[in-house]
Amino acid sequence: MFGFELSFIWAGIIAFAVLTYVVLDGFDLGIGLLFPLTDDEEERSVMMNSVSPVWDGNETWLVLGGGGLFAVFPLAYAIVMPALYMPIILMLLALVFRGVAFEYRWRTERWKPLWDMAFFGGSLTAAMCQGIALGALVQGIEIEGRAYAGGWWDWLTPFSVLCGVAVTIGYAMLGATWLNMKLEGRIQRHMHSLAWPFAIGTVICMGAVSIWTPFLDSVYFSRWFSWPQAAWSAVVPVLLAGAVAGLFFGLRKKQEVRPFLCAQALFVLGFIGIGISFYPMMVPPSLSIVDAAAPDESLRFALVGTVVLVPMILIYTAYAYWVFRGKVDPAEGYH
Amino acid sequence: MFDGFSAELLARFQFAFTVSFHIIFPAFSIGLASYLAVLNALWLKTGNETYKVLFEYWKKIFAVAFAMGVVSGIVMSYQFGTNWSVFSDLAGPVIGPLMAYEVLSAFFLEAGFLGIMLFGRERVGPGLHMLATAVVAFGTLLSATWILSVNSWMHTPAGFSINEVGQFVPEDWWAIVFNPSFPYRLVHMVLAAYLTTALVVGAVGALHLLRDRYDMASRKMFSMAMWMLIVTTPLQIVAGDFHGINTLEHQPAKIMAMEGHYKSYEDGAPLYLFGIPNAEEKRLDYAVAIPKLGSFILKHDFNAPMPGLDTIPDDEEPPVAIVFFSFRIMVGLGFAMLGLAGWALVQRLRGRIYEATWLHRAAVVMGPTGFIAVLAGWVTTEVGRQPYTVYGLMRTSDSLSPIEAPAVAASLTAFIIVYFFVFGAGTYYLLRMMYKPVKEISKKAFRDEGPIRTSGITPIAQRLPRDEETA
Repeated sequence: MFGFELSFIWAGIIAFAVLTYVVLDGFDLGIGLLFPLTDDEEERSVMMNSVSPVWDGNETWLVLGGGGLFAVFPLAYAIVMPALYMPIILMLLALVFRGVAFEYRWRTERWKPLWDMAFFGGSLTAAMCQGIALGALVQGIEIEGRAYAGGWWDWLTPFSVLCGVAVTIGYAMLGATWLNMKLEGRIQRHMHSLAWPFAIGTVICMGAVSIWTPFLDSVYFSRWFSWPQAAWSAVVPVLLAGAVAGLFFGLRKKQEVRPFLCAQALFVLGFIGIGISFYPMMVPPSLSIVDAAAPDESLRFALVGTVVLVPMILIYTAYAYWVFRGKVDPAEGYH
Repeated sequence: MFDGFSAELLARFQFAFTVSFHIIFPAFSIGLASYLAVLNALWLKTGNETYKVLFEYWKKIFAVAFAMGVVSGIVMSYQFGTNWSVFSDLAGPVIGPLMAYEVLSAFFLEAGFLGIMLFGRERVGPGLHMLATAVVAFGTLLSATWILSVNSWMHTPAGFSINEVGQFVPEDWWAIVFNPSFPYRLVHMVLAAYLTTALVVGAVGALHLLRDRYDMASRKMFSMAMWMLIVTTPLQIVAGDFHGINTLEHQPAKIMAMEGHYKSYEDGAPLYLFGIPNAEEKRLDYAVAIPKLGSFILKHDFNAPMPGLDTIPDDEEPPVAIVFFSFRIMVGLGFAMLGLAGWALVQRLRGRIYEATWLHRAAVVMGPTGFIAVLAGWVTTEVGRQPYTVYGLMRTSDSLSPIEAPAVAASLTAFIIVYFFVFGAGTYYLLRMMYKPVKEISKKAFRDEGPIRTSGITPIAQRLPRDEETA
């Protein structure tokens, strides 16, 4: 009886998992992006320690996004993964480098700079690939029957590269505003000064992507520019303007929490904007949420556990953040 | 580098390569997480500082192994889609939800509490820190449970129907999760993880005993590891036997390949200790056999008839040589472990467990054998499933993504280079950490963390004179 609604509930849950991933892992990828902007070894250590206890949980949302897609939209998964073969593989390899850097960097003196580079390179490549994958999905994926039918380089276009750059600069902004919140003294001032250019860059890139997107597809265009849908869609840019104002106001007033929250709001609103363009497609232009869904039995079985477990995950994740709340103590860390 | 290989062969090789690397780390971290929980609990219960020192020592090793397990696991979770998209589309409705449950119930639990376990002792107090450690250990076991359910379903599919587009549609989740081979596989794998860890801990303990046989921490870890070995090895051999009987029931071709039974035996099959499978002429060259023992082991009857590969169509036959040899490596190492366990038991009864230097040397040599046995076991069971991904129903060649060989070759090359570099470095760091005497770590541990206060909060003023306290 829930057949129709179930697939939409699941689309919402997957979207939530991906958004949570972006919100949580975005800033810790951003920290890697900021690594080359300081020569101070101590500073890098403190930066990394600000996320060491939580990064692993953050990254798990990516596994839920992919695993969830596999579980409840196997057809979409089977089409998207080969279509984005190269950016996905590159991202995975980048995450390998980045993930081990958290441990390896403390295990060696001689090769520390190498693992710092791995942390930066891994974060950069992962961020770029995520943005490119998003852009490639937005511009549409060619399908024939139940399989991907496009070429191996379809994902690489000016639009997808722009999305890659936008996400990368945006993550750097998240990282800088996070560190501005978590650190003190000289390092905090450094991060505060870095937050400015990345925030400006993010706003410019988001603007460019937003202007470009409606012209990719007539469906997108009508969502944003034809009455009466446009009246609802217009709420998003209005809120975005508010978030941008809050971000710059907060940075100017040297506030700590507000710039970070407003920076996150930019990502959340951008994500909602993509959702407005997509609905009710799973893989534009032709695979809808309903068509991509697994049989009802799968959706129902997975939903029972998800409804119970996701709130629990959110609670203990919040607890973990609570345990490590406050400013980072430079002397702390088990290494 | 891979000219002339088909996309399918390259994709299979890529999966085998990445999964082989991945399996090593969970095999270690499942056992180590439980070991850490036991150490922490014993420390809380007895107040004996040796347990805490050992906890701190193995905690860092665990963290490195866990990080490698996480990153190699993320790769696995996406590889179904990149290289095996047809399989993902068709089998996804059944195995996808199980894997989603693994993420929801186990991955998040491990990742969420790992930070508290590694960094949070001073922040949350001993009780909650113990809880976090136990939760991480529980998470690793839960993760193993789900993934083995998935894997077992691919070997012994149950509880489904097939719809008009060819998708497996779940009918009975109970039958899917608790499919016929799942309990055997789960027990076999968890015991293997505990054995592997016991062998590593035992080897490290033995190494340090060889340098200083009076070191309390080394004695403690060697003793605990040998107890684990003494209890687990016989259990594992029994579990393996049960698993074999289960496999005979559901995947007879795999057993035929494992045993080297090219032909059928009417009245009792031999057990081949050694031989070289000859695929051309379908027989075992240079065979060394014990008559009738094969039937006895598999059917507990010396004269039971055993069908051979001659009863299986050629295109359903698994690659015999790989399965035959990997099985022998696993079993051979299993009996070597039993030998070590027996030796340790004898020395313990003689009261010489900390003085028996030859035992210690043997334990050091045996240190890595758990990993080799685990890999050999996986090769046996996975290659033995071929030519199917879902046994009897979906062929490997029909599971592949619509993908070109050069793309798979390029990604495979990248995986090989990255894995050898990254995990090579990780293994080097692990070995170096294990080579360090426990005493060095313990001094540092006490200096870093100071004594634990009952409230869990150490006032800064009291943290300062910590060097004197350990001196």
